[in-house]
Amino acid sequence: MSNIPSELKYTESHEWIRDEGDGSVTIGITDHAQEALGDLVFVELPEVGSSFDQGEDAAVVESVKAASDVYSPLSGEVVEANEILADAPETINEHPYEDGWIYKLKLADVDELNGLMDADAYAEHCENEEH
Amino acid sequence: MSVDKKTILNAVHREMGARMVPFGGWDMPVNYGSQIDEHHAVRTDAGMFDVCHMTVVDLEGKRVREFLSTLLANDVAKLTMPGKALYSCMLKPDGGVIDDLIVYFMSEEWFRMVVNAGTTEKDIAWMQEQASDFEVGVKPRFDLGMIAVQGPHARAKAMGVMTPELAAAAAELKPFSAATDGRWFVGRTGYTGEDGFEIVLPEDETEKLWRDLAVAGVKPCGLGARDTLRLEAGMNLYGSDMDETISPLEAGLGWTVAMADGRDFIGRAALQAQKGAGGLRKFIAVVLEGRGVLRGHQKLFDGEREVGEITSGGFSPTLERSIAMARVAGDASDELSVDIRGKKLPLKKVKMPFVRNGQAQIEL
Repeated sequence: MSNIPSELKYTESHEWIRDEGDGSVTIGITDHAQEALGDLVFVELPEVGSSFDQGEDAAVVESVKAASDVYSPLSGEVVEANEILADAPETINEHPYEDGWIYKLKLADVDELNGLMDADAYAEHCENEEH
Repeated sequence: MSVDKKTILNAVHREMGARMVPFGGWDMPVNYGSQIDEHHAVRTDAGMFDVCHMTVVDLEGKRVREFLSTLLANDVAKLTMPGKALYSCMLKPDGGVIDDLIVYFMSEEWFRMVVNAGTTEKDIAWMQEQASDFEVGVKPRFDLGMIAVQGPHARAKAMGVMTPELAAAAAELKPFSAATDGRWFVGRTGYTGEDGFEIVLPEDETEKLWRDLAVAGVKPCGLGARDTLRLEAGMNLYGSDMDETISPLEAGLGWTVAMADGRDFIGRAALQAQKGAGGLRKFIAVVLEGRGVLRGHQKLFDGEREVGEITSGGFSPTLERSIAMARVAGDASDELSVDIRGKKLPLKKVKMPFVRNGQAQIEL
């Protein structure tokens, strides 16, 4: 069973979202996602200052097996991207919820947060996907 | 719904923590945790692969050499010493590749072949059709298992779990040759660019060998590492780098086609016509100079002109760069770029292999 921290929000496409409480969020991919992808070897980060609508492709993570899009779970403007990942994409495998965060977004609409899954709902989603 | 076939080692893979994936109709381990760790284990120490899904085919009869001389694009006349192996393509009359395979010369009435898993059915059907004129028996040996043990320490570790008699024979093997004690068959061959053995044995002894090798310090490796290892070694993968629509001459396999003598093998006339007509595409090796990952089917460009595509590519754990094999127009220059998600990134053309015996073979 993969690690699913209770304080985070989640999407069906396996992104996690941490509400920073100041109108911004931090976004990454879940432990379940990194495990399914295998060793990560490349991350294409979004540019700081670029804007995304909810559901739009924001980043790409590539493992030894495949390339996978990271969708922006919320609408907003990128305020920071995790440059560590350019040299050390494996950080996502090692610490998906801490040092392996991918980017931070200044939200266009804070209410969109209410549409995300909590940890329990996400755990159930992962379980259903495996069947 | 189709159910993937399982090798005799399926339960052991799960017990050892493998992540299983469907591969060519088989349920196979892709890794046991980290594909990159498995890759490095083979380059620096010893790793093992379940290759039971591949098929051993025994060819028997008085005219078996004559049969293979017609069937294969490489020339079995090169096999003079018993135990010696040859890599060859088996072609259609139009020159397309039915499969690539290894054939071992055991005696004048017995040659042993190892063919790919996904092509087994059509290979057997094709060989049986051709063999009837030569009174040769084509016998797929579904009763046998096979484990590949690869890496600089693979031979020593594998010999430790063999009978003393077989270990002694295995120790004497030259590269690309095999020995058998009647039960086990040991070839000094592989698909990684490292030294090692491929061991063929009765299916009911296969699990014990896998466990004994694990105890001897041989790391279980999945298909993921097998693919990056063979790619670094510059070895083709059937279905990606060539198939029935591709000539070996456009897949970097010209060296395996023995045309010098007048031998009349299946596909020869087509290959000769292709050579005469000219305009053949080149099969090349490239390295991505910057960051990103090369993948099969990405398009290659010479300036603004699209000249071909990657046939297999990936991240090389040894070189820590992306590498690939590609097929491009014969007149394409060496100044190539690749389109990755709409961006053209420069490539460096290099000579295969990328890595051999643990050492990088190219300048980065």
